[in-house]
Amino acid sequence: MCLAIPGQVLSLEGGNALMRSGRVSFAGIVKLVNFAYVPEVKLGNYVLVHAGFGIAIVDEDEALKTLAYLAEIEPEELS
Amino acid sequence: MKYVDEFRDHTLIRRYADRIASVVTRPWTIMEICGGQTHSIVRHGLDRLLPDQVTLLHGPGCPVCVTPAEIIDTAIAIAALPDVIFCSFGDMLRVPGNGGSLLAAKARGADVRIVYSPLDALELARRTPGRDVVFFAIGFETTAPATAMAVAQAEQDGIMNFTLLVSHVLVPPAIEALLVDAQNTVQGFLAAGHVCTVMGYWEYEPIARRFAVPIVVTGFEPVDLMQGIYLCLRQLEGGRHEVENAYSRSVRREGNRVAQDLMQKVFTVQPQSWRGIGEIARSGLGLAGAYARFDAAAKFHPATPLAVEAGACISGEILRGLKKPHDCPSFGKHCTPESPLGATMVSSEGACAAYFRYRRHATAPTVRAAMPVARAAS
Repeated sequence: MCLAIPGQVLSLEGGNALMRSGRVSFAGIVKLVNFAYVPEVKLGNYVLVHAGFGIAIVDEDEALKTLAYLAEIEPEELS
Repeated sequence: MKYVDEFRDHTLIRRYADRIASVVTRPWTIMEICGGQTHSIVRHGLDRLLPDQVTLLHGPGCPVCVTPAEIIDTAIAIAALPDVIFCSFGDMLRVPGNGGSLLAAKARGADVRIVYSPLDALELARRTPGRDVVFFAIGFETTAPATAMAVAQAEQDGIMNFTLLVSHVLVPPAIEALLVDAQNTVQGFLAAGHVCTVMGYWEYEPIARRFAVPIVVTGFEPVDLMQGIYLCLRQLEGGRHEVENAYSRSVRREGNRVAQDLMQKVFTVQPQSWRGIGEIARSGLGLAGAYARFDAAAKFHPATPLAVEAGACISGEILRGLKKPHDCPSFGKHCTPESPLGATMVSSEGACAAYFRYRRHATAPTVRAAMPVARAAS
């Protein structure tokens, strides 16, 4: 139910603050997504989408940090 | 798929399993709150990668499971009214209330439609001005902003034939209710990553302090879950109880302020009844006074049958982490996803449905208590 899927922003369309939207590609499947909750979104960003709404812009640096976390702590904890 | 595939890396998952095995010295019990996390854990078999000393309990974070039977009865009664188009998320349709399900109502001729977003229901209302479109607004804090936006747009555009049956629930009061329960065995929590994407995690800090439990904000992919479990166990072993964020690519401490602002405008916090658990203070969202005209229950005053919960179902104990699906004598026998006795078997995120799909033939309890034959599912 709380499923949210990351997709890449392909287009930004106008509209007032409540209706701002754009097209988002989920590995090739393109859907129209409401961007009212991610007003700072830019073309090419990855957004996390739930029930037709962008709820967060995926932070690339943080994603890489999570993937690298184990490699970082292991030497420190083994020492 | 970017941000999905790399978080399913087998090597990394296995390294986390090794790390976890190396830090655990004692038995620990952790609960993942969210049904989506339960589904992912069982689907990927992550619990089987953990040492025997670590028990994962499955929490109440399945909105379909905790929506009270009475609300479903109200939904069915509204859906049966002439000129009503009743819109719902798909997983709500098969959930039995006290008098059948929305799917059964649809079979009897009610105009029940599945939507992906509340905005789809609003769009339907725009296109069919002669009929009353009602949206069944269920879900946690993740979904509430979508509902809030549909209400705000309807208000802005003066759409008069759109109303909602609102039954939104909030996670932090439910965690507190579990923790004050004398039977509670949970020592640490994985907080739901997408709820926290919207709400942030500052609300969990007083809970972690008051109850001395670690709470780790956790995502949904296997690497996310293994990291969340690892961080939670490391806190438990170290005697710490903090809120940590293991889903930082999506979650910030303050959450999504724009979404919170609109939720605050559209909703008011109220007591909420949770199926299988009971009423929890300040754990639900209803429409705020300024938006009362969008309340479907107030508009239609539907007559509903009296509440009688099915007797053979233990979903309440499962939702509180007191039992697991295999502890139920009806599991996989009288109770299946096709013919569910209770809500945890209906939604794909309910613990019983996840175990049925991926663990049907796994070890069953060796001792089965003599139980009366389960009532037929409605």
